[in-house]
This record gives sequence, structure tokens and C-alpha cells, in this order.
Amino acid sequence: MKVGVYICHCGVNISSTVNIDNVVETLKNVANVAVCKDYQYMCSDPGQEMIKSDIAAHGLDRIVVAACSPRMHEPTFRAAVSDAGLNPYCLEMANIREQCSWVHEDKERATEKAVSLVKSAVAKASLLEPLESTKIPVTHSALVIGGGIAGIQSALDIANSGYKVYLVEREPSIGGHMAKFDKTFPTLDCAACILTPKMVDVARHPNIELLTYSEVERIDGSVGSFHVTVRERPRYVDMETCTGCGQCASACRLAGRILSDFDYGLAKRSAIYVPFPQAVPLKYTIDPDSCLMITRGKCGKSPSCVEACDRGAIDFEQVEKVHEFDVGAVVVATGYNEFQAKQRPEFGYDRFENVLTGLELERYFSPNGPTGGKLVINGKVPKSVVFVSCVGSRDKRVGNAYCSRVCCMYIAKQAHLIKEKLPDTDVTVMYTDMRAFGKGYEEFYERVQKEGVHYRRGNAAEVYEEDGRLHVRAEDTLLGEPYEVEADLVVLGTGLRPPSSADGIASMLHLSRSSDKFFLEAHPKLRPVDTVIDGVFLAGCAQGPKDIPDSVAQACGAASHVVNLLSKDHIDAEPIIAIVNEDGCVGCRTCEQLCPYEAHAFDEKRGVMTINKALCKGCGSCAAACPSGSISMNHFRDDQIVAQLLEVL
Amino acid sequence: MGKQQWTPKIVGFLCNWCCYAGADMAGTSRMKYPPNIRIIRVMCSSRINAEMILKAFQTGADAVFIGGCHPGNCHYVDGNYRTKKRIDVLKRLLSHMGIDERRLRLEWVSAAEGEKFSQTMQSLADEIEQMGPNPLHLTGGKTYER
Repeated sequence: MKVGVYICHCGVNISSTVNIDNVVETLKNVANVAVCKDYQYMCSDPGQEMIKSDIAAHGLDRIVVAACSPRMHEPTFRAAVSDAGLNPYCLEMANIREQCSWVHEDKERATEKAVSLVKSAVAKASLLEPLESTKIPVTHSALVIGGGIAGIQSALDIANSGYKVYLVEREPSIGGHMAKFDKTFPTLDCAACILTPKMVDVARHPNIELLTYSEVERIDGSVGSFHVTVRERPRYVDMETCTGCGQCASACRLAGRILSDFDYGLAKRSAIYVPFPQAVPLKYTIDPDSCLMITRGKCGKSPSCVEACDRGAIDFEQVEKVHEFDVGAVVVATGYNEFQAKQRPEFGYDRFENVLTGLELERYFSPNGPTGGKLVINGKVPKSVVFVSCVGSRDKRVGNAYCSRVCCMYIAKQAHLIKEKLPDTDVTVMYTDMRAFGKGYEEFYERVQKEGVHYRRGNAAEVYEEDGRLHVRAEDTLLGEPYEVEADLVVLGTGLRPPSSADGIASMLHLSRSSDKFFLEAHPKLRPVDTVIDGVFLAGCAQGPKDIPDSVAQACGAASHVVNLLSKDHIDAEPIIAIVNEDGCVGCRTCEQLCPYEAHAFDEKRGVMTINKALCKGCGSCAAACPSGSISMNHFRDDQIVAQLLEVL
Repeated sequence: MGKQQWTPKIVGFLCNWCCYAGADMAGTSRMKYPPNIRIIRVMCSSRINAEMILKAFQTGADAVFIGGCHPGNCHYVDGNYRTKKRIDVLKRLLSHMGIDERRLRLEWVSAAEGEKFSQTMQSLADEIEQMGPNPLHLTGGKTYER
């Protein structure tokens, strides 16, 4: 073993506290050290050249650089060593700047410490092994889970880059929550006008395979090659032959008798339906919970939908379909659920029919909603409307400490729309704090106030009914006094909750979640679309409450990371990972439960543990726990650490 | 190295992502602390097993310091929780062996907490200085050598 040792002065940063000559002279006499030199700036080109030429001239096989923190220049020196033909993992650094010369004043003791740190690095270097990164092949396709605006945007971006995308949506149509909105704040764009072209693009895109009415059941594998199993529920309508003409729905014996979940039960539909007229795919679906043929096995003499469909698309024999495919990357865009207003019983959502949630009111504004866009609520035009903000947000009593970020602005938008349609109607907004943070939001808020909407600061306490009218009791926190407002309509600014599908997805993909139960990004500032699982990315509200522009921006970000990954034929997996010595492994499976990435898989046949090289992140927790000492952690092996330890004591 | 005056020898095992970066931060901010500590970098504090710590005490350490990420901030999801459990068990074992459990210290230091790192090093050095040398060495120390 020939170790080359290089001591950096770092100008005077190291040499003013550490006696470099002393370190060099001591190290020259240490076992395995073939060359020991010092230089002003090891990281400079001449410094690196010195290492490279010494490797060639002296046949050095391990290199120690004593300089700054390896967090600073380890990549630099690894590259230099690699350039000289040595394996990059045959390098060890001794941190004698950040952790020695900069924090100590006593020159003698700092020098003594530097000597022991460099000796320790030599001891480790002597035991280092060349490591090769594993090449993991990449499947050039992606899975996008969730067909809301975020999923749609990600799918289109990835597909436009030339890669195959499987877009899986649980509902019969893509579009998500945005498809239910009438206008979007603050520009008052019609939501359908900007969303439906994108939905159609998805349907027509040659690179997108759209799987609606389907759920992801299983995901195995890891970055580069995930194996996905999707279960598609039967629509009882043949997707190929259905033209979406709607004859079946008009003919259905239950026409106009089934509550539409798309309209939150405010409108009625048939048992065979499309959720909304612009649905994509525009194919009818039979609701298995209400269709007479499915629930009772009989529908008159013969099902009227079958008679009405001249293309013969209806097929009661249809069964679930299972789709299996491989992808290289996954985008989780599972969106959110609306906060359940009945969890705040004091607002009477369950008791009074004129207490609505924000999303319900949204349907009333919509031209394809229950009243065709007219603000007639339960038969009456409201003369006074009260909005209550922060229902289910910033409320620790219901377990949601976070701000939902969209409610202030959707309330402002809805208040504006009411004023626009019914200028004489009184509109009061009871707000906690006004959060108009986005582009053009503050200006919109100001505009709404000028239109005559009353904003009163303070939480609403209670909604009750007296003489057939609703009363909202609240405290004005600016005046410090309680007050009451009579209202024909109370709208609860319900917040956003993590998606109900989060549990399943989290366990399938081993994703972490933050304390609010939204999916956790890899880093809150610098890696907001990545997860700790390589190859899995987040888009939209699955990661936390977001408005449409933020969801779209994150979706584009996630798509670009996917494309970045898919553009390679293979990825290099970091070789600093745990390795099982199969001869020593007794198959106790202790390590299996410790791994947060589920990289361990037990080989039942041979009775030994195996570690997936693509999944292991190299923490070494399993190596520390292995009772038989049969897991070794590359580059941080027990013997390497102990060798370091013995030199510093 | 001369043995004229005893000063504590402390070994620190620091996780790469938080505590080691915190120690670097102490350096960048030039926050002084006594040069007793020798730092060994590992990727995660949960890489450290009992044998390494016992080996340190057996071969001359007066104290062992383990530094990891704050709870909830572990780079490897939950490695630091495992470290905590293991260190708690080991502390009891050390007491049983006649080694004051304060000689094994676990702290959470973030990459931003240079000041906390330097203060921790100062207080640990002070504490061990008062306690005196590791009793294993008074009895010759290396009696447990394999």
C-alpha cells in the first residue's frame, strides 16, 4: 500500500495555527506513507496536478488530502484522483481547517490535533477499497398519479418531451377540483375555458395512456424501473364504442333521481352518467351503487339504457381490468380533499340548508351547475351573504395548524361574483387575517372591497337560526366587540385536507409525510418537488395547499425532474451502500425493519438477506445492528472506522 | 505526545448531514472550543454501534460524543431515533461497567448550529475535566483488548 499525503496551507488559514512542517515531518514516518508534501492551495490546479503526477510517478494507490472539510472539496479531489486513473473512492480527507485551525488558538495543541487527524485519515485510507457505481437501466416512461391540473400539467410536459406517460385517475374523468370551479382568482378566467383544452390535449396525446376510473394498486421496484399494477373498475360501458351521445342517460329509469357527487349532491343525474359535460374521456359510466341492473339484477323488462344505445356499448358483463406496466419515474399528484364542515358543528352545516361550503357555492356559479349559473339557493335569491374564513384551517382544534392558502382569495372571488350578479346583495366577509400573497391578489382584494364587500376582522363563533333567518355571531377583533349579522346564505371557507388516498400511496412508495399529513418533500427550500425516494416526485396539493399557478409551477418542476431522469439510459447508483456477506448472514431479518427505504429483501430460498443497490441510501443503520456482523457498509466499514478511532486516541 | 498534564481525550462520531456540517459551521464562524475532540465522520449517527463506542473507551477515550440531526430532520428519515434508543441502552451498560454515563453524550446539532456545537464541546470538555480520566485507564486500560 502506497499512500500519498498532501497537507494544504489554505493560504494562512491552516498554516497560521497548525505547524505544517511538523505535520509533514511526522507523517513521513507513518506506516504506508510513501509521499508526504505540503502546498499553499491544494485545491488549485497546480495542487491537483501535484497529486496527479505523484500518482503516476510513485505508483500511489491511496491519497489523503488534509485541508478543508470534505463537504467542501471531496468532489474536487475525487475528480483529480479519478483523472489520474485511480478509483475516486481511494481518497480520504482530513478536515484540519473547519474542525481544527479555525476553532483552536493554541498552536501546539492544534498541531498535535492536526497530526492525529491526518494519521487517522491515513489509517482509514490504507483500508479503503475501490468502489464501482452500479449502472441502473432506466425505463423511458413515467407514471402520473392523479388527473387534476397538476397531474395533467406534469403528464403533458413529460409526454411533450417524447416519453410515454401513464396517467391514472380514480374518477371517471380527469380535471380534478379545477373542473368544478367557475372562475379563477384574481384574473376571473373561466376555469373550464383554460382547463378543458389541456384535458383534451391529454386525451389526444399519442404519448399519454389515460387510465380513468382506475387506481394504482401496487408499485414495486425502484428508480429507473418501477413495476406498476393498476386496477380499472368496470364502467359497464365499452370505451371503444361509446360516443358520449347521452341517449342512455336520458332513457335511464332513474334519470334525474340520483344525487350527483360532482355537484356535491346539489343536482341530480341518471344512474348512467358523465360527471360533467366536458368530461375527458367523454364516455358514460354506470354508477354501480344505484343502477337497478347492478343492485337488483333487473331493470324493467330490459334495461332502458341498453335499448337507447344504438351502438350497443352497454355491457353489464364487464369486469375489473388489471393493467401492469413498467416506468422509470413516478409523479404523485393526488391533490386534496375539502375539509369536512361538519367537524365545526357550531356553524350548522349539517342543520341549515342555507349554510354551504365554498366548493358548493362554486357549483352554483357554474353554468353547468345545479341552477345553470343562477344564484338561486334552495329556491331563493340571497339578499345577504356572510362568508366565514378559516374553516378547518389554522385551527388546532381540528388538527390543522396550517393555512390552506387559497380560501382568502376564493372567498374574495366569490364575494365579487355575488356582487356582480346581485349588486344589491349585502356581502360580509369575516376573516382571520387577510392573506393576499400572490401576483395580483392584493389588487384584487382591494377591488372587491371597493365593490362594497364588507370585510370584518375576527372569527365567526356561531351560526344559528331565528324566525327562519340565519344569524352569524362573531367578534370584531379590531373594535374589540361582538356583533351579529343576519344572513340568507352563509358560506364556509373550508380549507384543504391531505388526500384520503395518501395512506395507500405513502405505504406503496414509502413516502414520508409532514406533521400536517401532506407528502413530505426532500428539502423544504431546495428540493420542493423531490421526495426522499429517488425517482418519485410531487406535484400540486399532494405536497401541501396551493393555488392553481403554484400547482402548475410545481407540476412543471416535477415533470422536468422526471425528464431529466428519463433522458438517461442508465443512472449511476452511489456505491456507498450496505453489502450483505451471505456466508455470515443467519437470516434473522433484524436489518429488514430498520431500513426506511425497504431496500432489504429476504431471499426465502437461500435464507439470506439481500439489499437492493438502487434503494439503499447508505446510512449504515443496518450494518450497526446486524447481530452477526454480516452487513458491511461500503466506505464506512467497521474496521475502517475503528482504524480511524485507534489513531485519534 | 508528552504526558506532563492530563487533558481529556474525546472522540466524536458525527453524522455527515447535520452535526458534521454544524461543526464545519463553528469553524466557518471561528467559534473557539478546546482541541480535545477528534471527529470521525459517518453518514448517519445510526451507523455507530456499541462496539465502536466501547472500543473508544477501552483504548483511551475519556468521553465519546455522538452528534446527529434533530428529531424529524434525519437525512435518512428516522436513523436518529434509532441512535437515541441504542445510546440509551449503552448508557445503562456503561454505568453498570463503572463508567459514568455522562462520558457518553448524544446531542442533536443542525447544520446551522455552529454555536451549539462549539458550546457543547466546551461544556463536555469542562465536565470531563472535572470528572477526571476514564477509570478504565487507571487500571491499565487495555485489559479488555481482544
